[in-house]
Amino acid sequence: MSSVRVAGTGLTSFGEYPERTSRDLFAEASATALADSDVPRDDVDAVLYGNFMGELSEHQGHQGPLMAEAAGVTAPATRYEAACASSGMALRDAVIRLRNGECDVVLVGGAERMTNLGTAGATEALAIAADDLWEVRAGMTFPGAYALMATAYFETYGGDREDLAHIAAKNHENALTNEKAQYQRALSVEDVLEAPTVSSPLGLYDSCPLSDGAAAVVLVSEAYADEHDLDAPVAITGTGQGGDRMALHDREYLARSPAAREAGEQAYADAEIGPEDVDLAEVHDCFTIAEVLALEALDLEQVGEGISAARDGRTTPDGDTPINLSGGLKAKGHPVGATGVSQVAEVATLLAGDHPNSEYVEGATTGVAHNAGGTVASAVVHVLEVVA
Amino acid sequence: MSENTESDGERTRDAGFDDWLDAARANEAYSLVCEAGHHSLPPRRVCPECGSTDLTEEPLPETGEVETVTVTHVATPSFEADAPYATAIADFGPVRLTGQVVEVDPETVEPGLAVEIAVTTSETSGKRIVGFRPVQ
Repeated sequence: MSSVRVAGTGLTSFGEYPERTSRDLFAEASATALADSDVPRDDVDAVLYGNFMGELSEHQGHQGPLMAEAAGVTAPATRYEAACASSGMALRDAVIRLRNGECDVVLVGGAERMTNLGTAGATEALAIAADDLWEVRAGMTFPGAYALMATAYFETYGGDREDLAHIAAKNHENALTNEKAQYQRALSVEDVLEAPTVSSPLGLYDSCPLSDGAAAVVLVSEAYADEHDLDAPVAITGTGQGGDRMALHDREYLARSPAAREAGEQAYADAEIGPEDVDLAEVHDCFTIAEVLALEALDLEQVGEGISAARDGRTTPDGDTPINLSGGLKAKGHPVGATGVSQVAEVATLLAGDHPNSEYVEGATTGVAHNAGGTVASAVVHVLEVVA
Repeated sequence: MSENTESDGERTRDAGFDDWLDAARANEAYSLVCEAGHHSLPPRRVCPECGSTDLTEEPLPETGEVETVTVTHVATPSFEADAPYATAIADFGPVRLTGQVVEVDPETVEPGLAVEIAVTTSETSGKRIVGFRPVQ
């Protein structure tokens, strides 16, 4: 099986740009990725694009062809929707198409415009990633759903709000060097604990912000990279997808993410590595508790022990496995349709030594990107390795 | 539609779900069960566990137990006037349900609390919602 190379990456700054359309954001990210890749636009065989709430935020459906147009590419285009895992799923399909020889060059990305809806409107729009009949109509919000998981985690395995606060503080610290991050400011454990409660036990600073932004990567086949002498040292060597029942209450566990475990196991097996080989990871920390559940699902921490990983320094930049060196969703921002591809772009850049935080993972060869949809009814995991 | 059937204003009924709310309001809440014994909630034509299409209704236990809870302070516009409110997942034996815990100070709701189903209405929208009431 031929490997899939990351030839170029492009991110807009994540933040509050309520007046910028998704097509404008994606035009910027895709232009950056294409320029970074040295791949001519005419060579792009397909555009795969993730977006979640475009109908609600921009009154815009059918975004595939619109985004190809914004990227200046005439290739056929498809939109993927899997809530906050939308572009991660698009990327997985790009990998599959490249592996099976259907394509040699794929432009894959995502964008989301959220802040124009305001906090109330965006909260309502995000909520529809849950089961409308049995969860949303009972008043469940997304912070509420993750709060239910946090309470269940504390009940089952122990831990408290202060443990979670260390995760927020770590990810904010990591974002200080990331000029694309929404928040380039430090947050202390005390700041997190003193913030207003959103949905107990989670406070304002346990949550990622509402964000506008876009991400894009240019993926190419190994043959194409060789033929065109591209500078593309990082390959995507593993991909996996997991699924679970839609409503949280229908799952076996309220404080575990089996869909992410399934996706991770598939991706590890695909890449022929194990969790012990992982040097760094970008995981889906939409809320602080989500990082805990992700680490445990990926076997980077034992079940019940992920809660102390940040506090005890195992996931900090100087720890064994630095997690979310980009700042994560928590500090970098979470324009939901762009997030999955942005994580892969960060891992690729970290491994290539081109990231401001690459110094913390010098010599690293293996990274993982974990992207979750909803309360993890959808999950997609990718393994990236330095191969050249 | 029977005379005692409630509806949410102008909204079209959702077959299966609104029927379940009607039943729950009449203290006849149920789950769907297949011949293999897997339980699920309507609307459903197929058992999500095994694919069986032979589903029958079975009454839920009268009492459930709160497994996890949160008090939501920042609500969506649809629940603005309801906040702060306690949302819980309660275990009713063969199935769990998500609902708002009513007739109690939200901050006092903890895992282990015994509850019964109490279909209630949103203060914001007047629409019906699945609720739980503590039992003595």
